Amino acid sequence: MLIPKLPIGDTVEFAVDWTEDHFGVVLDLISDQLDFLISALKDALLFLPPEIFILALSIFAYFAGKRNVKLALGTAFGFLLIQNMGLWALSMETLALVLSSAMLALIIGIPVGILSAKSELLNHIIRPVLDLMQTMPSFVYLIPALIFFGLGNVPGMIATVVFAMPPAIRLTDLGVRQVPKELVEVADAFGSTGWQKLVKVELPVALPTIMAGVNQCIMLALSMVVIAAMIGARGLGYQVLFGIQRVDIGLGFEAGLAIVIIAVVLDRLTQHLSPR
Amino acid sequence: MDRKVKLEIRNISKIFGKNPQKVISLLNKGYSKHEIFEKTKQTVGLNNVSFEVYEGETFVIMGLSGSGKSTLLRCINRLIDPTAGSILLDGQDIAPMDAEALRKIRRSKLGMVFQNFALLPHRTVLENVAYGLEIQGVPKEERYAKAEVSIETVGLKGHEQSKITQLSGGMKQRVGLARALANDPDILLMDEAFSALDPLIRSEMQDELLSLEDAMQKTIIFVSHDLDEALKLGDRIALMKDGEVVQIGTPEEILTNPADSYVSKFVAGVDRSKVLTAEAVMWRPEPLVAVSSGPRVAVQLMKEHGISSIFVVEGKNRVLKGILMIDDAVQALKSKKSFEPMIREVPSVPPEMPLNEIIPLIADSEYPLPVVNENGKLKGIIVRGTVLGALAMSEDIPDPEAEAAGTEVKSTAEVESPERISGGSTLESGNASESPVSGEAEGKLKGKAPPDIEVNKDLENKETGSLDKDLEVNAC
Repeated sequence: MLIPKLPIGDTVEFAVDWTEDHFGVVLDLISDQLDFLISALKDALLFLPPEIFILALSIFAYFAGKRNVKLALGTAFGFLLIQNMGLWALSMETLALVLSSAMLALIIGIPVGILSAKSELLNHIIRPVLDLMQTMPSFVYLIPALIFFGLGNVPGMIATVVFAMPPAIRLTDLGVRQVPKELVEVADAFGSTGWQKLVKVELPVALPTIMAGVNQCIMLALSMVVIAAMIGARGLGYQVLFGIQRVDIGLGFEAGLAIVIIAVVLDRLTQHLSPR
Repeated sequence: MDRKVKLEIRNISKIFGKNPQKVISLLNKGYSKHEIFEKTKQTVGLNNVSFEVYEGETFVIMGLSGSGKSTLLRCINRLIDPTAGSILLDGQDIAPMDAEALRKIRRSKLGMVFQNFALLPHRTVLENVAYGLEIQGVPKEERYAKAEVSIETVGLKGHEQSKITQLSGGMKQRVGLARALANDPDILLMDEAFSALDPLIRSEMQDELLSLEDAMQKTIIFVSHDLDEALKLGDRIALMKDGEVVQIGTPEEILTNPADSYVSKFVAGVDRSKVLTAEAVMWRPEPLVAVSSGPRVAVQLMKEHGISSIFVVEGKNRVLKGILMIDDAVQALKSKKSFEPMIREVPSVPPEMPLNEIIPLIADSEYPLPVVNENGKLKGIIVRGTVLGALAMSEDIPDPEAEAAGTEVKSTAEVESPERISGGSTLESGNASESPVSGEAEGKLKGKAPPDIEVNKDLENKETGSLDKDLEVNAC
């Protein structure tokens, strides 16, 4: 081979190191904020006694599902099982991590999706980036996250945000693009401003698709939070990892079952929250 | 014209492509749409379209799909920006306006109704109708009050809180119409507004639009691909083909005087009886006799023209008094009296009566049907032959199949010209063999109306002279 090996790995490494050297202070600041957010959410979830929390969640599920008794009973049963397995605190930590990660991913992802639907240029730039984000093995995100933010919940959350954001962007973009042309024309023909068109026509019409993106985002966040245990994220994922290391099948299975219960409840709840 | 011009479209062109200015210069050099597409791969949507719309009229833009009619409509409120030309609304050019000024115009002067209703699915009927007012910042109570008035206008009272998905197609388009009306715009742009409705509902909506138009006197620009709809709704019609306006005129002008073979082909399949009026088909009333002249003059005139009856008029304004039969005239002559008491009354029709209403009248009438205006003046006469001739008239369609596909009456139009059809009405004089009508057509003509014609054989026979004379006039 005449062409020497291209220094792709070295370059990335250099870029990450350089960022760490020059923006360390900023990264620390971000890290503190995010850590505070996760802890606050976790504390809030653990504030109520489990029994009351489960009751409140089941009632919420009942009304969110438009008086869906099955959903309410399923939720109650699942979470009672988690408590019974003694995984309540860990589950709430995982839930806090999932919700804060998904929230951040949506706060960034939905506006980017809207902009991408409006701008062909941005769409062309974003699409390969999203492809990269989705096909890159999720473990790879852990490395820069680890370098920037050290061990713990925050790097786990950052890796999760990166991993969970693409469907939010993609489905928001798709939803806004799929608003029927005549409806956009209605907004224009009646003299709407760009903002009015977006808020009163495009987003409400695109809402079901955007909500599918929200659902996907939360599901991906949950799966990533488990993997993020490898760089010190707490919660059920850590328990699974623990089970693997000690070859403790029972421990691993119980933690895994708790993750499945949280996943199913979150999925059903977000599906019922979206219109139609 | 003393009517006020509301909207003037001047030399509007629209090019879809990357280098529209180049195409404009090619168009100016006289290249056709086709040549330009081969050369530049750009599409000419509209080519130098100009027309005026008058205040309060319903102007129909009509053409087949791909003719540019929807593009043209969207250029008026600039949902599509024209490449060149100006759009003068009340004398103010919309084409160069910035977004803010355009928004003002759209909010206050232009309402639009869409083909597929385009209602916002997440809103109730009331919220949909109030949308235009909402974005203008009209307070909630005021905009809902206005929206309710508009909902009542289109006959949907009681459905204010309904969801859009609960409505039928016709009701949805009523909501679309109400939404456009709620803003109280000067001009209503209607893009194939009734095309998505089934025929019965469509016809019902057309009728309602007509009565609404009578009540509100709005200027309406209506895009349609349905000629019957265009003829029914339009005060004037612009016929489009390949991005150009082929002809602009009243429905009658387009039917009776098509600008070219495209237009005549287009109008070939139309039910002419609904559009053509008495005025369009009547002949000059000749000869006439004044009520003041004596029976001798009347008999003389009838002899001269070889007819058995004559219309009697009075004064300079030719006010119709009735009809005088030859026998009565002769009797009056013998008894040396005025023929005035012998004048028989005849039913008459106003000039604007459509042919489909005239047909039953003339079928029952023994005499030619006089056309009389509101002052009683005799404007013209209609005989059976005229009506048939007008219905069968298919102009100069080069494609024989188009004719063969017509109705029964039309298939008699293998006879190409009105002269020969009217010749058909003279064939009842008994010398049918001499008729110029081809055997098959003649058979059908005879087959269609023999009983009446037998009864009036004598009359028509004698009238032939007058008809032929008139035909010479018409043929000029």
